[in-house]
Amino acid sequence: MRRHRTATRSHLRVRDLAAEAIAGMVQRPTRTGLTALGTILGVGAFVAVLALTATASGQIDERFTALAATEVTVEQSDTAGDPALASTPVETNPFPVDADQRVEQIIGVRRAGVWWTVPGVQVAAVPLPGETPPDEVEVRAASLGLLEALRPTVGPGRLYDDFHERRAEQVVVLGSAAAARLGVANLAVQPAIFIDGIPFTVLGILDNVERHPETLFTVLVPRATAERLWGHPRDTEPAMVIDTEVGAGQVVADQAALALRPDAPELFQVTAPPDPRRLREGVAADLAALFLLLAAVSLVIGAVGIANTTMVAVLERVNEIGLRRALGARPRHIAAQFLAESAATGTIGGLAGTSLGVITVVVVSAIQQWTPLVEPWTALPAPLIGTLVGVLAGAYPALRAARVQPVHALRR
Amino acid sequence: MSALVRLDGVGLTYPGPPPVPALQVCDLSIWPGEYVAVTGPSGSGKSTLLNVLGLLDRPTTGRYALDGRDVTALREADLTGVRARAIGFVFQAFHLLPYRSATQNVALGLLYAGTPRATRERQATEALHRVGLAHRLSALPTTLSGGEQQRVAIARALVASPRLLLCDEPTGNLDSATATTVLDLVDELHREGMTVVLITHDPQVAARATRRIQMMDGRVYTG
Repeated sequence: MRRHRTATRSHLRVRDLAAEAIAGMVQRPTRTGLTALGTILGVGAFVAVLALTATASGQIDERFTALAATEVTVEQSDTAGDPALASTPVETNPFPVDADQRVEQIIGVRRAGVWWTVPGVQVAAVPLPGETPPDEVEVRAASLGLLEALRPTVGPGRLYDDFHERRAEQVVVLGSAAAARLGVANLAVQPAIFIDGIPFTVLGILDNVERHPETLFTVLVPRATAERLWGHPRDTEPAMVIDTEVGAGQVVADQAALALRPDAPELFQVTAPPDPRRLREGVAADLAALFLLLAAVSLVIGAVGIANTTMVAVLERVNEIGLRRALGARPRHIAAQFLAESAATGTIGGLAGTSLGVITVVVVSAIQQWTPLVEPWTALPAPLIGTLVGVLAGAYPALRAARVQPVHALRR
Repeated sequence: MSALVRLDGVGLTYPGPPPVPALQVCDLSIWPGEYVAVTGPSGSGKSTLLNVLGLLDRPTTGRYALDGRDVTALREADLTGVRARAIGFVFQAFHLLPYRSATQNVALGLLYAGTPRATRERQATEALHRVGLAHRLSALPTTLSGGEQQRVAIARALVASPRLLLCDEPTGNLDSATATTVLDLVDELHREGMTVVLITHDPQVAARATRRIQMMDGRVYTG
């Protein structure tokens, strides 16, 4: 008896269910496409946002690697509060004369140099006694290594060299903005400027610097020249800028003070570059949280779209539901069919959306000249988000479809 | 020989308020190979009787035995199984699926019986041959005439080899010439041994049957 019952029970194979669902979709491609549109946009936004965040963070990472991560700064440590050290005030420059060479011996250092501001001096293009120049241009004493450590682009002329430094020559290098203020452009005539009335030959002009762009507003004097004319730094603190190899920042920072003054490393306070990874994560987290919210909103809109169309389809296809029931379909077969259709629509939307998202990232990256970065864990499961949206959106309409009474459905 | 359909005190009242007695308590037997026409005015309960016979509606009282088996006590899952295998429906509105070929529409009649796909297509083709549509196997319903559409629907009803063919106003949407060809097909099926119950309000259509049942206000008057 039991076997007989089982044999007469109606059933629907999974393959047949899939075929019915796909037939239901493929037969009306335009409608399926429009239904999937919300999901396409949602999943597309999801993939694009995550990938663009990753791509942009990658760029941030690269910038830090290129500049900030390779800069170590050494300053005088704050000794004001320490009576032991305060009793022996710093009479001389704490940075030894051969500071550049000492630090450049550390493996991982490209160039290093010392600089400080020379306060209270007047700069003028022509010596006009009694007349104050219209612009204050800052004068900085800068060692040879420092000029290189700024990664300069030299315009007309050249940088001063070992010869000028050794002989404390009266030469200057101008930042491009300072040169413009002083009206110096043509170096062929060997122009001179006057600092507190002392003439200096202009050797070269810096078109640009990668580090410390404010340097472009200054007049740079060789360290030895500055010390000969104005003595050791007064009122301003000298500092050292070290240009390191990529990834060497932290190691160099650990050694710099000792290399400078093995006898008194505590004179210095060393600033290591920020950890680029931590920075990147911070930026990525902020961006991703905001944009993922937007993607989620698009997905909800997509789900509402599918739910709406599936609901309309159920109402439209009441006859078909009645017919299928008359042909032996159980309510669960009807529910499964509509659920499978909306899940398939969602999946198609998910696939198309993923493709669209990846294309968007590639195009944006191409325009911005970025390196597109799509994490596999975002792109691979993305179509499944579409499936999930389809299933959730189809649940209620499928339930409604299952409740359709064949008697009423067929009477139409 | 036992009756194919046996109704013992079967009645159907839709719960109110107010309760509507769509089918008054009745006894009815239909024997294998019979061709029964059910006539009566609109609202007389013809469709309700057909729905009860076709297991689309459960009677509220009485006992219904189909092919010697009590189907009133069956659970929904088993009931739909019986519907899939033992009963073929033909509707006034054809109810063909648009966007599906004639063969696919007919094959739908075997979908819920668990027949493998290849077998479904072969049997569907055979059924279309039998109703004289061998030349329209892959035609879409929208390209078929009314008579052709109804013959596809008949093929769909026959494809699962049912014991009982239930036709609800099968010629209601057809002109008289086309209706004749469809009714000729039903006659032919009857001659081959099919048990047919046909609802109509047209006396000329009813005249083709071997037995006529009259309905009025939910009451069955067997002829």
